[in-house]
Formats: sequence, structure tokens, C-alpha cells
Amino acid sequence: MTQLALVIDLNVCVGCHACVTSCKQWNTSGWAGPMVDENPYGPDPTGTFFNRVQTFEVGSYPNTETVHFPKSCLHCEEPPCVPVCPTGASYKREDNGVVLVDYDKCIGCKYCSWACPYGVRELDEQQQVMKKCTLCIDRITDQSLPERERKPACVLACPTSARLYGDVHDPDSEVSVAIRERGGYALMPEWGTKPANHYLPRQKTRMHISEDELQRADNPLTKEDITVYTGEETLDDVTW
Amino acid sequence: MHPAFSVIFLTTLLGAGQGLFLALFTGQLYASIKLIEPQGAEFYTVGSALALLLLIAGLGASFFHLGRPERAWRAASKWRTSWLSREVIVLPMMMAVVFFYGLLHFLGLTQPWFVAGDGTLPIDATMLLGFLGVLVAFALFVCTGMIYASVKFLEEWHSPYTIANFTFLGLASGFMLAAAYSAYLGNHLVGFYGTWAVAFTLLALGTRTASLLRNATLKHKSTLQTAIGIRHNKIVQKSQGFTAGSFNTREFFHHQSPELLRMVRIAFLVLVFPIPLLLIAVSYVLESPTLPIAAFLIQYLGLVAERWYFFAEAQHPQNLYYQSIA
Repeated sequence: MTQLALVIDLNVCVGCHACVTSCKQWNTSGWAGPMVDENPYGPDPTGTFFNRVQTFEVGSYPNTETVHFPKSCLHCEEPPCVPVCPTGASYKREDNGVVLVDYDKCIGCKYCSWACPYGVRELDEQQQVMKKCTLCIDRITDQSLPERERKPACVLACPTSARLYGDVHDPDSEVSVAIRERGGYALMPEWGTKPANHYLPRQKTRMHISEDELQRADNPLTKEDITVYTGEETLDDVTW
Repeated sequence: MHPAFSVIFLTTLLGAGQGLFLALFTGQLYASIKLIEPQGAEFYTVGSALALLLLIAGLGASFFHLGRPERAWRAASKWRTSWLSREVIVLPMMMAVVFFYGLLHFLGLTQPWFVAGDGTLPIDATMLLGFLGVLVAFALFVCTGMIYASVKFLEEWHSPYTIANFTFLGLASGFMLAAAYSAYLGNHLVGFYGTWAVAFTLLALGTRTASLLRNATLKHKSTLQTAIGIRHNKIVQKSQGFTAGSFNTREFFHHQSPELLRMVRIAFLVLVFPIPLLLIAVSYVLESPTLPIAAFLIQYLGLVAERWYFFAEAQHPQNLYYQSIA
């Protein structure tokens, strides 16, 4: 069975929000209608977003590091938001594992958003239905697009290739190899939701230099320099 | 969680409506075996109408919770997996039972079909409908409670106490309303219903206190560490990704001070439990026709505060991602 998902590399994400804006642009222009912004130029704007980039600081100054953390629907393999839906509007696609909302069936009861520990579902202020990341389902399943463009908008937009996309059930896919070989992990594993999306941890590239690499331990000048100088010409004065 | 008044009124009005129906039927059961003074058809008809009115008002309140109320009928389809869907099916069943229970009494169809239990319990149509109603009412209490108790991420709710509280508080307010109704009519059932109301209020006090104690020492499973998957004792959010509000910042937090929460908790603990008990006790001594009505109204007000606190107390793990704006 196929399970499409994203793998997000926290090691290279620079927090530029290109995935946020490209997601909004693609999905607000699609067949499902706009992702509404309310009061966009007023003092208290609000709007529907499928994807956000958050920033965390780890550690205490001066030993801190900044982690940019993109957050969208994880397309769980055991999605807790699906069984609670009273209308069947929330569902998980059988063929590719993408969790979707049927906007024509949703009654806007918000129960699914309560049943998601990650907070990735948002009620659209004007359409009054629940919305969430579709993994750009209208794009990835569009056979008229060239193969290389059949990817979510966020993946295509990412300038550092921090977002990998593919089938996490295929052991040889780029995403599966990345998860397996680079320590890919799931968010909030304590709930047993089995998120399909994974995150790759930050990795430090360090040079290991030991003391005797900086100073030659077998330096003959150091070893043989047993002369005690008392103001007279030294060997240096002569040779230079 | 954000306490939405639509859901607060839905759950409290339904509880009182179910409780009142159960009180009416309990009264009928006791009267039929001649333990209390029998009442005329009017008592049950008007009482059922009152219960039905509460159920309709609760249903009406629930529509304000929906973004697309015109599609509400769809909510009956996923009863196999969703407790919300189950409630949507059981609630109209409850309303139908209460309606026909009142109608049969109004039409006077109370001739016994047969007599059960050594010729002491005459069974008529209303009695059978009443027994069915008891099953449906308790099923509805379980459905309403499970909507909240089944969400494992809201650990304050994910406990059998939630169902016990919804049931006992609903029964308490329903029987309290029956006592108020009897006091208004001036019949002799005030003591009978008042005693039941006191018993259910005390039961509810037990389970509600237990759930408060449980939640006071609750240790949440999710932390910022598991939320973003970084193993470090000190992680601080610097930006949630946007400066204005969103559904995530509105729906899952009450936006009130801890002091207000504490005050609401004290308010409901006083309004739901000691004051109505005191008023019922005093009305029993004074044979007052107005004190039981005051007891019900004060307890209902307290229940609104109780439900508000129930929502506000629950901490959703998604809030871990929204600790700092920028």
C-alpha cells in the first residue's frame, strides 16, 4: 500500500516561509475555493493556512541554537481525526494514504480539530468547513502535469530542499532511505497516531582536533632545545 | 479549550430534560405501586412537555455550534465510529419517547394491559414507553459523556468520571426541576423528588470532586520535547509563525486568567452543591412553594459555570505549538 508523506529536514530548513506562501498560493487558487483571509489589512487579521513555520530556541545563551520547524498535517497512518467525524467528511484515501476533508459533507462541528493533537486543522471563517493540508492532492494526482511537477507546492518551493516527498511504505524511496539512514522521527509518538510525515534531526558537523595535532609532539627543535639563554645570540638570531 | 456557550447550553439543557423525564417516570412507577400519591394525566403531560422543551432548546443550542447547520442531518451517518454521530441518533429518539409518553398520558391511554409482579405492578402503554425511555435516556447520557471522554488527547476529559458527572449532574438538575414543578403545582411530591435530587446531587458531588482531584495532579503525556522531537530540557518558542490570531489560538484556549478559572470553580462548587441542598432542606421544613424553584434555578446557573470550567480546564496538546507569538 502506498503512503505518501513529507520528510522535513530540520538540518537545512532556514525558516524562510517559502513553503507557507507557496502552499497558500496554490491552495487558495484551486478548485476547492479560496483559503479565506478575514480582515487582511486591519488590526487583527486572520486566515486559513495549511502550513506554518515556527521557530524554537534550544538551550541557554550562549549555548543556543535556533530550530525552524515547519508544521502541517502529518497524514497519520492511524488518523484520530477520521473516526470521530460524524458525517464521514474526514477520510483517509485508500490508494495513497492522504487524509482529506470532503468540503461538501463537512458540517463544521470542529470535533476533528479537537481530536488532532497536532493542531493542523483549521475552520475556514467564511466557508465554515474544516480545512487542512491535502498534500496538494489536485497536483500530485494530476496526470497532465509533467512527472517532476507532480509534487506538493511546498516541496517545489523549498530553496534548501528541506522537504522531501514520496511513499514512506516503499523501503527504497528517497523518503524511506532518509528516515532510515538519517534518524527520521515522528512527532508526539506517545499517542500512537503513527504520523506518516517524519522529521530529520539537526546534525552538527564537527572537526575533531586533538592537542598533539596542533603541536607536533615529536618536534625535534622542541625536544633538543635544552640551551638556557641569558641574553646572548640565539639560534634564531643566526638563522634569520 | 475554548468554552463555547452553544455546547454549554446543549449539555446542561439535555441533562435537565433527560433528568426531568426520568423523574416523571420514577414518580409514575412509585405511584403505580401505591408508594406515593398518584397524579393526574395533566401532571405527566405538562411535565413531558417541559422535558421536551428542554431537549428542543438543547438541540437548538447545538445548531449554533455548527458551521454548516443546514447539513446537520449528515451527522447521523458515522454511528459506527463517532460518539457525536451516536448522540445525533439517540437525541431524536429521546425526544420521540418523551413526546409520545406525554401524548399517551394526554390521551388517557393508561388502562393496564396486564398486571406484573404478583398483581402489584399494572403495565400500560405509558409504562412500557417509560421503560424504553429510561434506556434511551441513559444511552444519551453515555453518548454525550463519551463525546468528551473518548478524546484521549484531552486528558482532563479522558476518564470515566466525565460520563459519571454528565449523568449524575443531569439527574440532579432533572429531579430538582421535578421538585420545583411539584412545588409550583403544590402537590405532595416535593419531598419525594427533593430527596432524589439531594441523593443525585450528593453522588455528583462525589464524582465531580474526584475528577477535580484527578485533574489537579494530572501529568500531561505530551511536552514541547515530544511535540517537536528535540531532546533538551530548555526549549523556548520564539515564533508561532504568524503575529495575528488563527483558529489554533482561538479554539483551544479560554484566554482567561487563572484567577477567573479559580473563581468559576469555587462558584460552581457552591452553586451546584451546597446551596440547592440547603434550599431543598429549608423548603422541606417550611413547605415553601418557591424555594425548590430557586434551588433548581441556582443549580442550573451553577451547572452552566460547571460546564464552562469543564471546557476551560481541559488543556489541548496543540497549545504546545502556540506559546509565543513572535
